Formats: sequence, C-alpha cells, structure tokens
Amino acid sequence: MYPNNYHYTKDHEWVAVNGDTATVGITDYAQNHLGDVVYIELPAVGKHLDVHQTIGSIESVKAVSEVFSPVSGEVVEANIELNNSPEAVNQDPHGKGWIIRLKMKNKGDLQALMSAADYEKYLEGLEA
Amino acid sequence: MKQTRFNANHRRLGAKMIEFCGWDMPVEYKGIIDEHIACRTAAGLFDVSHMGEIHVTGKDALAFVQHISPNDAARLSPGMIQYTALMTAKGTYVDDMLVYCLHPEFYLLVVNAANTDKDYAYIVAQKGAFQIGLDNPSDRYSQLALQGRKAIAILQPMTDVVLAPMKSFTCAFGKVLGKECLVSRTGYTGEDGFEIYTLDREPGPIWDAIIESGKPYGLQPVGLGARDTLRLEAKLPLYGNDIDDTTTPLEADFKWIVKFKKGEFLGCDVLVRQNEQGISRKLVGFELVDRGIARPHYPVYVGGVQAGQVASGTFSPLFKKSLGLVYLPIGQTAVGTEFEIGIRDKRVRAKVVPTPFYKRNY
Repeated sequence: MYPNNYHYTKDHEWVAVNGDTATVGITDYAQNHLGDVVYIELPAVGKHLDVHQTIGSIESVKAVSEVFSPVSGEVVEANIELNNSPEAVNQDPHGKGWIIRLKMKNKGDLQALMSAADYEKYLEGLEA
Repeated sequence: MKQTRFNANHRRLGAKMIEFCGWDMPVEYKGIIDEHIACRTAAGLFDVSHMGEIHVTGKDALAFVQHISPNDAARLSPGMIQYTALMTAKGTYVDDMLVYCLHPEFYLLVVNAANTDKDYAYIVAQKGAFQIGLDNPSDRYSQLALQGRKAIAILQPMTDVVLAPMKSFTCAFGKVLGKECLVSRTGYTGEDGFEIYTLDREPGPIWDAIIESGKPYGLQPVGLGARDTLRLEAKLPLYGNDIDDTTTPLEADFKWIVKFKKGEFLGCDVLVRQNEQGISRKLVGFELVDRGIARPHYPVYVGGVQAGQVASGTFSPLFKKSLGLVYLPIGQTAVGTEFEIGIRDKRVRAKVVPTPFYKRNY
C-alpha cells in the first residue's frame, strides 16, 4: 500500500525524492478520511516553503484541510492536472495525485520523516 | 453512543461511521458524490432513525398543535402531513418539523435528532390546560427514507400500501416486508420518495430487502454526507445552520408556513408585526463566482463590510460548484447581487441566485 521508497509525516503527507527534487502528496489514509476531493488550492511556482509551512488546501465535499510541506525548498512545479481532475488524489494518491515538486534546500529534513514501515505502525496506533 | 436498529447493516456495507448528535451514524458508503448522483438519477436509501417522534394525543390534540405551530393543522385530515415550525413566543424556531395527522385525536410530530429532547421538554412545558397526552417514543421508532425517481418501483413489490396514487405529504399504514409500518410520501432530498416508520424491533431485513431490490435500478445506500448536499440543492433548511431560535420563518423565506388568519399561536403577535413592518434580512441562495468552497460560518461581506456569515454551504455534486444559503440585508437580496465571502486569508466573489438550486422535472 505505502511505497517503501517514500518518506511520511504524521500529518499524512508523503515525499518521494529524486536527486534534489522532492515530490509531495497526501497518503491513501488521508484521502480516505477526506472523502471525495473536489478542489485543490495550489501554490505558485517559485514560492519558498519552510518545513511544516502550508502548501495549500484540499477541499473535499465534506471538509477542507491544509497540506503542510514535509521539507523546505522552492516550488518548482505544481500539479495543475488536479485543477481538472481533483479526483486523482482519491484514485491514485501516491502517484497521479501528487501535489507539488520542490527543489529541496536541506536534505537533512528527511531524517525527521517516517519510513513506510514506521508510517504503517503509526496508522495502526491511530486506529486502535 | 446510541445505535439505530440498522447499525449492523451499515457496517456490513462498509460504511464510514461518525458520531452525530449522540448517534453512531453512517456518513458515507461509496462516497458522497456517487451517493448523491445515485439518489438524483435513480434512488437512495437513508437510515434516518435518529429523527425524533413525538406523540400528541387526546381531545385537545389539534388545538395544542395549532398553539405550537404557525401552519394551519385544522386543514389536515387523517393521512395528511404538513411542514411547519415549532415556535418560540418570540416568533423564532425551536425546530422545524412535520406534523402527521394520524387520527383527529392523534398527531405525530417528526423533529430533528439534534433537538428531540429539547423539543419534547419545550412541548411538555407548553401543555398548560390542554387536555392532551404527550409522549416521546423516539427510541422505539426506526425510520428509513427511500428517495429518488425509482422509489415506487423498488418499494411497491414489498408493501401492501398502494404507492402510486399517494399524494405528496400524505401517509398510510400498511406492511413492508410483513412488518407494520407507516409509509409517507415525504423526504429531505428534493426527490420523490417515501419515508417508512416502524416500531418493529427487528426492522433490519427491510433495509436489506430495499438494497437488494434496488440494485438493478441503481439504488445506493446514502449517508449523512450526501443527505446534506441533497437537501441543500433543494433548499431544504437545516436547523442550526439556516434556522434557529434567532430566526423567524419570515426571514427564512418560509412565509407560506405562517397562516396569519388561523387564530392564535406562539409568536403570532411578533410575526404579525414583522410582516407589517417588513423583514430586515432574508435567507437567499448564492453561488461562488470565484473558485473555492464556501462553508458554514465563513464571514460574509456586503459592500466591503462584514454582514453576517454563511448559513449552509457546500460543493454541489450535481452542479459541480460551491452553493450555499446566507442571510443578507433586505435590499441586497435580489438575484444577481454580488457580495464577498472570506475563505481563510482571501475574499472571493459570490452572487445571489434563484432557489431552489435543484427542482425535479418528473
């Protein structure tokens, strides 16, 4: 369910790293809790984000929630496909439902994040 | 937490459950949008057993209902139903409710789950010298709502109540799947459909039978999430959002439930005066012009000045945009009037649109 090479936060974001670039999205657990996603407010390319700064908001039919940046860096791409098909966040949260790509400022930020195994344990704790 | 008698049925279907007014209720099964569209295009089945049922019986039953309600219950004969308010002496809402005339000396009041205990205490306090019996058997009632254009086709094979000739806002006693029920042609979705009340201790099989019988027609079970989006598209008010003890039926655009000529009722004098002097605000429908979703309590700005907050607001699965209801000052309520809504750190444009947003065409 949760890709092994991704890093995870307690707020249910994931990060996939490729060189200096970090792709960020929300986890399957998060999309399942949100329900049908209908609108995503994306940040401008070029915006600098600190760790835990708000990337944008995700609106589902029933609620709105904020997405926080797991790492610091500059936004190099936002997934504008989500403007037309926000349901990708529900259907493929770890793939086509990605939200932004960042040029990472400090790779050390990753050390504070969880592995897939740790994240799954964390989820078990939440559901217990 | 209280459970309805359909709790196991919901869990078998994999519903997401939430606490709602002290009840363990399904919020969604397959997803709000799917459930909403299924109800609009085919049929939806809702467990609404959390609703409250209050009995008013005896010689003065009609006179008492007339006292607490602004609508004219004298127009009801047995088998007829009326939408109305439970009124404060200030002309505001204790709740909104349906009044079922079951017998000249037996009226059934159906009230909101969130308000059942408050309403019953209030009603008991109004009893005075009326020769009536009052009872709150809400926990003994189970209630299902089968809504949508396929409702008759799905329900008729399992009931002896002849459904097609039933008029809107009428009810009949009969059997559903062999169990004694009260079936009414009512609902909270803007669709045609029925609500089924029963005191049977094991009504679960009725749920399963409707789900099975409905499958070929595209019926889906519907949770509280889509119940809210469906009722909002039809501009059916929700107590706590659109109406409460600070709002009057005239302000809520429900003048038609106030029958000024029927004689005294609680709050009558206030409403007569308000009707003569004119209201200063009115509940209207809006849609967002800019992107975003307006939700309850978001601030509303008219001419740049804060003028209240969003009453109801959600994403409309049918129209695929942000719709809602808001009280605006009289003079700013005409269709097309633009105003602003604060969404987090931004102000976005909204405009008044005609309501109901959705009206069925069959």
